[in-house]
Order: sequence, then C-alpha cells, then structure tokens
Amino acid sequence: MANITLNGRPIETPDGTLLIDVAKTAGIEIPHYCYHPALGNPGNCRMCLVEVVGFPKLQPACRLKAADGMVVSTESPAVLAAQAGELELHLVNHPLDCPVCDQAGECGLQDYYMEVGRYKSSVSEDKRHFDKRKPVGPHIMLDQERCIACTRCIRFLGQVTKTAELGMFGRGCSERIDLAPGKVLDNPYSGNLADVCPVGALTDRDFRHQVRVWYLDETPSVCPGCSRGCSIDIHSSTKRPWHNEGRRVARLKPRFNPAVNGWWMCDEGRYSYKTLDQDRLGKVLRLKPERAELSWDAAFTELAGRAGELLEDKGASGLVVVASGALSNEDWRAFKKLFVDSWKVVQFVFDPAPEQTGAQDPLLRRKEKVPNLKGGEALGFGTQVKSAPWETLECSIEAGRIWGLYVVDRDLTRVWGAKTAELLSRLDLVVFQGPFKGGTGDLAHYRLPATATAEEEGSFTNFEGRLQGYARALAPVGCALPDWRIFEGLLARHRARRREG
Amino acid sequence: MPPQCSPPRGGGSRHGGLATREACGRVTVRPVERPERDLAVQVYLLEVLTGLGVTFRHFFLNLGRHAAKLLGVDGEPGSVTIQYPEDPPALGSRARTRHRILRRPDGAPRCAACLLCETVCPARCIRITAEESPEALIEKRARTFEIDLGLCVFCGYCVEACPVDAIRMDANDLDLPAFDRKDMIWDLRRLMEET
Repeated sequence: MANITLNGRPIETPDGTLLIDVAKTAGIEIPHYCYHPALGNPGNCRMCLVEVVGFPKLQPACRLKAADGMVVSTESPAVLAAQAGELELHLVNHPLDCPVCDQAGECGLQDYYMEVGRYKSSVSEDKRHFDKRKPVGPHIMLDQERCIACTRCIRFLGQVTKTAELGMFGRGCSERIDLAPGKVLDNPYSGNLADVCPVGALTDRDFRHQVRVWYLDETPSVCPGCSRGCSIDIHSSTKRPWHNEGRRVARLKPRFNPAVNGWWMCDEGRYSYKTLDQDRLGKVLRLKPERAELSWDAAFTELAGRAGELLEDKGASGLVVVASGALSNEDWRAFKKLFVDSWKVVQFVFDPAPEQTGAQDPLLRRKEKVPNLKGGEALGFGTQVKSAPWETLECSIEAGRIWGLYVVDRDLTRVWGAKTAELLSRLDLVVFQGPFKGGTGDLAHYRLPATATAEEEGSFTNFEGRLQGYARALAPVGCALPDWRIFEGLLARHRARRREG
Repeated sequence: MPPQCSPPRGGGSRHGGLATREACGRVTVRPVERPERDLAVQVYLLEVLTGLGVTFRHFFLNLGRHAAKLLGVDGEPGSVTIQYPEDPPALGSRARTRHRILRRPDGAPRCAACLLCETVCPARCIRITAEESPEALIEKRARTFEIDLGLCVFCGYCVEACPVDAIRMDANDLDLPAFDRKDMIWDLRRLMEET
C-alpha cells in the first residue's frame, strides 16, 4: 500500500495505481481526454497535469503511479493555469459549432471549459479545415475538424475489436483521424466509438440531429438482445414527442459493468430500440370467431373458461405452449405456475428458433438472441421440461393430436412460413401474447398485448447465471400488461372457475 | 412525530392550507366571519350612485381639461382614447412584438436548428424538428419550426438564446388574433414571409 497526500488529504491506495484513478476513487475528477480505463493512457492530451512535490515540472496523472509519500495537488494555481492553457490549445482548431453538434451537452470540451477554461482565447489565426461530415461506416459519422486527436478511437479499434479501421494521418497541424485505406468502419462494435470519443468528432448517425441530449431521461436497464445481458442505459425522450421522429427511445448506451460488458455493447443491441414503437399491440382483442375488443377482466374470464373446457374435454396433452427466453424471471415463475402447476401442460417449445440465433464472438455477442434462457432453466425449463422440436409440433398439428397453442411473443410464421395460417386454422384455440402486431398475432383467436422490456420492471439471468434487474423506462402502450400479470390473471380466473365447479 | 396539519404561519394560508391538505390527506377548517349586511348594502342603490359619481367626476374633469387646452390654458392633459385598430399605437423601439425568422443571403432561413430557443422558452411554445442539410457547408437545418403565439408570453428569451441571430421579435405586428387556435401556430414559411 502507498500512503499519499492528495490535496492535503491523506489517502491509502494500492501500490502502482495511477494517480488519476486514485483521485477518482477519492471523488476528485481530474480533467482528461486521452485516458480511458479500458483503452490505456498514452498521455497525449496533457489535460490531467498535477503538481507533485519533488518533481520539477507538472506530471500527467494518467501516467504517474502512486508511490509512498507522494504529495499531490490537483487544484494548485499552477495546475489550473496549465489545464486552462492545454484547453486553449485543444480549442485552437476546434470549430465552435456547438449549436449544431450532437455532442453538445455531454462534451468533454464544454465541460472542462466551463470548469477550468480560460474564456478569453489569445489565438487569432484561422482554424484549419478538414472533412466535416464523413460517414465512415453505417453507424458512425466522422468530423475531422472537431477531433482533438486523443486517439481513443484508434486504440478502441486496435485493442478491443482489433479491426483497426481508423488511423492518424498527416503530421503537425494537418494531423487528422481518417479511415485506413480500403476499410469501412462496419465492425459489430462500431457504435462504441460515439461513446469513447470525448468530443463531437465521432457521432452516432442514427442519433444525429434527432434530439438534443439535455432532453433525454436515463433509465438503467438490461439489453434484451442476447443472453449476455449487457448493462445499458435507456435514453428516452417522451416529454417532447415531436423530437426523435416520435420514437420514445432515442438511443441505448452501455452502462459500465465490469462483470458483464465492461464499457461496451454491440451494435445489434444498441440499435435494437428503433422497432420499439412500430406495430405495437395496445388492445385486448378476440379475433375469432367474431372480432371484439375486450377488457382484461372479460378476456381473462373468457379465455380461462374456453381453455378450461378444452382442457377438461380433450386433455392437457393437446395444448402446446410456445415461449422463449425473452421472458423475465418474474414471467417464467408465473408461466410455470399457470401452465405446469395449474393447467398441467406437458408440451413446451422454448428453444431459440433459427431466427433467434445469430452471430457469436468472444467479446460480447452470444449465439442465442434471447436474454433469459437461464432464468427458465432455473425453474426446470430445459432440464426437467424439455423443449419440443418445431418439426414434431408441425407433425402433431397435422395429425390432429393438438387442439391448442399458447404463443408467448414468438412468430410462428417465421418458422413455418405461408402454411402457418392453414396449420393454425386446424386448432380450437390459438392465443397470442406479445408486444408486436403481425405474424402469429393476426392468426390467433385471442391477441393479448404485453409490454416490452423497456416498459416493465423485472430481472434477467444471463448465460453465466448472473442475475440483473432492470427498471421501467417507459409507460406501457395502450392497456398492455407485463407477461407475468397476464399469466397471473388467467391463473386467478382459472382457479375461480374451478372453485365454482 | 405526528404529521403536522396546522395551517402554516404568515400570509398565503389558503395555498398553504391546500398544500397541507394534499400532504396529509386531512382537511383543516378555519371559520371566517362574514360581515354584517345592513339595509343600505342590500338595497345597493347607494353603491350605484357612488359609482356614477366617479364616472361623472372624470367626465367633467376631462371635459374641463380638453376645453382648457382648446382655450390655450396650460394644465393637466385630458385622457385620450386610441382608435385601435384603425389608429395603431406608436411602439417603442425596444418593444417585443411578433417573431420573425431572418434569412441568409441565399434566402434560406438562418436557423441552424440548435433548439436553444425551444430549450429556453418558458412557455414551451416553440417546436422544432431538425434534419441534415443537403448543402455542403451547413450541417443542420430546421425541417419544421413552429411558434404557438397563443402560448407565447413575449419574453424575448428566444431572441437572446439564438446563437446565429435567426429569430427576432421586431415584426412590429400586434395583429395576431385568429378565429382558430390552429391559426395561432405560425410555421417557418409564415415567420419568414410575413413581415
């Protein structure tokens, strides 16, 4: 352990910790651009200079390791003067287009300028001119003029994705970030560049000009895109619906979680928010035999009655429940109570269908594109209860061994294609429950609106068995309920029906 | 410690009482004594005559002052009626009137769609949506820009906030009423063209 004195406070810290980290732990933010805990410390921005007794000059806090007896000051006049001077140099060529820059409001230059800036610049020369709008990939826009050459992006692409699409070109005043010859910034983690860039040089093309950051609300959540379950923040804009083209979620950002995703998230997850407001179900509907809009109460009574009759007449072996790992732990529990314990259903399909599997890589992405298969496994789905394969399900329907299907947020048309309608028309009862319109929902007898992950509280268990809770970011659409409340509602009505005989 | 439900001390007990009621879910009652209403008050005629007295006092006072002015006698000026709208009042040079959006030399609106005016607006009467500009040297422009003059409080903060001097409140136009609330919402074209 090293005992150091930081701004007059005695602090004990492990040997070899960088001073900038020591200060952060002690609650002191030392201004910095190039240093990023995950991307190393080249020490090229010179913003983190601190005064250490015994050193003839100011020292960069991101390069200097704490040693016993060090006396460090982060707020001495010399330090503040140095930081103001560095900031002035960073701004020599930085265009002051904050009004049209998407980074404005969360920009390192703005923040430190307000804190330690010199306010009056002594530079009178013209600013250099480069490419202001260069789409370097499907998700990222490069503005070479705004760049302060901290090289965080180059280090991210070199160390994390190891794809090296961006490089530093030119020397001195003509130094600029650019695409490496023949490359396109299209790796599956490119969206993180907008997060690591401390200024507005790399911005998100999807977020570009949609909404100013100060209108956004932040809610901690978990990405439901795959079984990794990255910690994310949902940035939503709901108070001014004319912004962001009417979408409620403006962007998703990774939330630092060293145990799961570190600082990053993949592009698949990051841009999955766009479909959230499209084709949503908000009404409880009976589609067949005659179409009617129902209240939840009426729907539960009717559905529990109809399912109860069929269960008594034809037996529980003819009912198949199709679910997926998109259910939260709370949903899985209510799911088990209703279908296994009460209705005694024996056939389940919950393995990821082909459309729910995808690319996997050692960094973050997982093959199964559903968040919570493990949560089902904890309740026996996958161990005691095996998932039936799709092929046998199709055969069973054709052979008439099945009278009903309860589909929870799965689209059968993506498995069976055009013959889905014909297959489902042979059944006595098809119930669809899920957040989105289309596909199976239109062919069902009952269509029950459920909430999306962002609209409910709950928890997921990721593929490593790590339990993570998520908060509600948005109000449900229409009268949608979380899945577990629908299961509980049906269960209550089923029990009441039994009691009445 | 039990929740405090006594009305707060000092003035504003009415609002304070409401707040207390909301906070505790209990109603506090404070009896207020009503004044005695004698016959003179109930007949009301006395008050009518007093009011007419005020009217006539001002009438004859003004008559005298205007007559004195005609005769060339200096004194207090008489009251004047402005014949609005036929005869609009002269506005001071710093008067804040209806907004207008200024143009660039090429005729396009100067607005860069930074949304600072929308952000600073205390009445929330400005609605802007932004888009990418097709021009090489301009990044962002307003796709729609609306000011709901029915909501505007004419504070002038939007003019102060604008970094590109795109919005001003110097149209010297006070003739804003419309027959429909929708017509009180001015869009970019109207704000640029009608001056």
